[in-house]
Amino acid sequence: MQEADIKFVEDSFKKYYFECFDQIRVPERTSEREFGYQKFNSGMTRHISIKSDKELHLLFMQNIPSDVYCSNAYYTFPNLPMNEKDWKEADLIFDIDAKDLNLSCRENHTVSICNECNEISKNSVQCLKCNSIKLEKKSLPCKNCINASKTEVSKLSEVLIDDFAIIPENIHVYFSGNEGFHVYVYNSQFQQTGSRERSELADYIMLHGSIPETFGMKKFKPNRSSFPDFNEKGWRGRFSKQVFGSKSKRSKIITELLTNGYSSFQKTLDNVSENIGVKIDPNVTMDIHRIFRLPGSINSKSGLTKIYCDDLSKFDPYIEASFLSDDSIEVLANCPIEFNLKNKKFGPYNNERVTIPTFAAVYMICKKLATIA
Amino acid sequence: MLALGQDEIAKYPFLADAGQYLKDKGFTLEQFGTDPDLKQLIDKAFDRIRVAADGKIYKSDLDGDHVSKEAALPREVFSFLLAIVLLKLSGMHTLIKRFALAEARRAEKYLEKDLANISDESKKQLAIKVIDDLFSIQIEKLDDYFVIPVSDYLKHSINFHEREWKLINRHVENGQVFLTPHETVRLIRKELGTYINSKIINAKTPSMISGFEDSVSKLILLSKKFTTYVVTTGEYPPCIKHAIEVLEKGENLPHSGRFMLAAFLLSKGQSVQQIAPLFKNAPDYNERVTLYQLNHLSGTSGSGTQYSCPSCEKLKTQSLCFATSECDNIINPLQFGKKRK
Repeated sequence: MQEADIKFVEDSFKKYYFECFDQIRVPERTSEREFGYQKFNSGMTRHISIKSDKELHLLFMQNIPSDVYCSNAYYTFPNLPMNEKDWKEADLIFDIDAKDLNLSCRENHTVSICNECNEISKNSVQCLKCNSIKLEKKSLPCKNCINASKTEVSKLSEVLIDDFAIIPENIHVYFSGNEGFHVYVYNSQFQQTGSRERSELADYIMLHGSIPETFGMKKFKPNRSSFPDFNEKGWRGRFSKQVFGSKSKRSKIITELLTNGYSSFQKTLDNVSENIGVKIDPNVTMDIHRIFRLPGSINSKSGLTKIYCDDLSKFDPYIEASFLSDDSIEVLANCPIEFNLKNKKFGPYNNERVTIPTFAAVYMICKKLATIA
Repeated sequence: MLALGQDEIAKYPFLADAGQYLKDKGFTLEQFGTDPDLKQLIDKAFDRIRVAADGKIYKSDLDGDHVSKEAALPREVFSFLLAIVLLKLSGMHTLIKRFALAEARRAEKYLEKDLANISDESKKQLAIKVIDDLFSIQIEKLDDYFVIPVSDYLKHSINFHEREWKLINRHVENGQVFLTPHETVRLIRKELGTYINSKIINAKTPSMISGFEDSVSKLILLSKKFTTYVVTTGEYPPCIKHAIEVLEKGENLPHSGRFMLAAFLLSKGQSVQQIAPLFKNAPDYNERVTLYQLNHLSGTSGSGTQYSCPSCEKLKTQSLCFATSECDNIINPLQFGKKRK
């Protein structure tokens, strides 16, 4: 990002942090958390300990970070190097990102920015100008992306509540600030669960690594009696609903599955997993030392705020997560895709000077699709 | 500590305080070396170790009904205690490990029987208590199953590499995992083995006792059988080959894949300078960032921790595993191509 752009974006961020500090949720047990932040064009500063709202506010005002993070873990000494921190426990966290959902709409709203010549084109494999393959992809997520991500959040909540007995009030959902959701689980039986165990939890939630036997298909002498039924709990019940569809079809489909055999069943299972497994990023869930974007802070990939979703079904990030000012600014925009923010339509812009509200300008600058004119 | 009857001590001899037990019975170790009647028990103890070393489970006198229980019970305990003395005198850790594991599997059989016992509630309660006391797992009975919290299950199941132990292949409901008596005790086998192993390791080594020498030297000879040699083919495992291919094609390898590749090569002795050029073709290549991260992984910067290559299990979760038959059930890519001879 160029100097002028950084200055402009930083000023807009600073204004938000100054005026809307009450948006920022200092997590509970603040002094046991590790904080970290990044500035534009600079590395990560982490292992910071913060005692109060006031200290956090000061960090924002002094540094004007592009991104701020806070650990899901609780430590005795959060400001010491990792192996001296004395890890105590960590909230369970999940990341659901539209880019991992294999959505067909993606190619319609992804642009490629050439790392060599900065040429911007709609989703392509090669730069149209210099043929380089070093392309950076930027996506401007659409309504479909957000809805599909919400569906995954609902699926995740169902597994957490039904299978892991998590109390619904302890599940907190946040819009990530870009194209997905962050889910936190507090006070569960998994607070002290380690990384390898969490990776097993992730596999469970994703319906990853299951064997045919689990769903009733045996290698030798397979029989009908062990196949799952609709009223069963857990993945066996969900498998029934997905594969059998209705009670009347169950018997016929079991016959088919038995005829097709064991190895074919494994393929069916992979297919089912793709359809009903929850698409979380396992790396986030298994990381017990992660610093995760701080609720209320701005995501520098978009200029939108990571915000708590009270009513997920009605939540619209492009209205509710944009807090930057409406002041007009002139930018040179090269954004081949149309987008909506705060109920206003923007673009497409073909290398043109336009005067638009700050929140839209920041959005495009963060996506590398505009610069200050 | 649990209050144990004679019966229980014979089944779970590792729960007993060895010194106290001998004292209570009125014996000293020296007597076993000299008294011809008692000396038989040293042979029995040696046998118990030999069977364990072969990877089998010691066939207990308790199982048959050809001897009177009254005589069999103390003999059973003595042979266990003497086996430990022999092992300590031999100092052979490979044998201790094998013995501990075999004894764990032996105890497992009894635990399972006791758990499944429907006629004698006290036996079942004891088994549940043993598991709770030793491993802090709270087991509850629910219909025909034993249920334990998912978090407790995971602590133990991650030691298994067979897929049927993966949480996804378990009946999970309401925050609990449902297990049969067999699975319940199988779940703690390794910990039981570790528990017995550490009890032996931590036991005081006595000085040589007359009458024990022969058995001890036979044990030392026996342990020689288990020395292994390892040869390596030097070929990269498929996950690493795949990662290198992706990078060579200039395609995007996720952060976790780059981590795996770099940690693997560093563990194989390559330097940061040798590894860095591999990432040159990455779409988002940045020399400064690459070197920073490689130095961090190798432990030359940051906290000084050298990161190790992730396990196969972890790579499977991250969709970075491309296992072939040549992987031969290894649990970490670093083991690929190593053949025991």
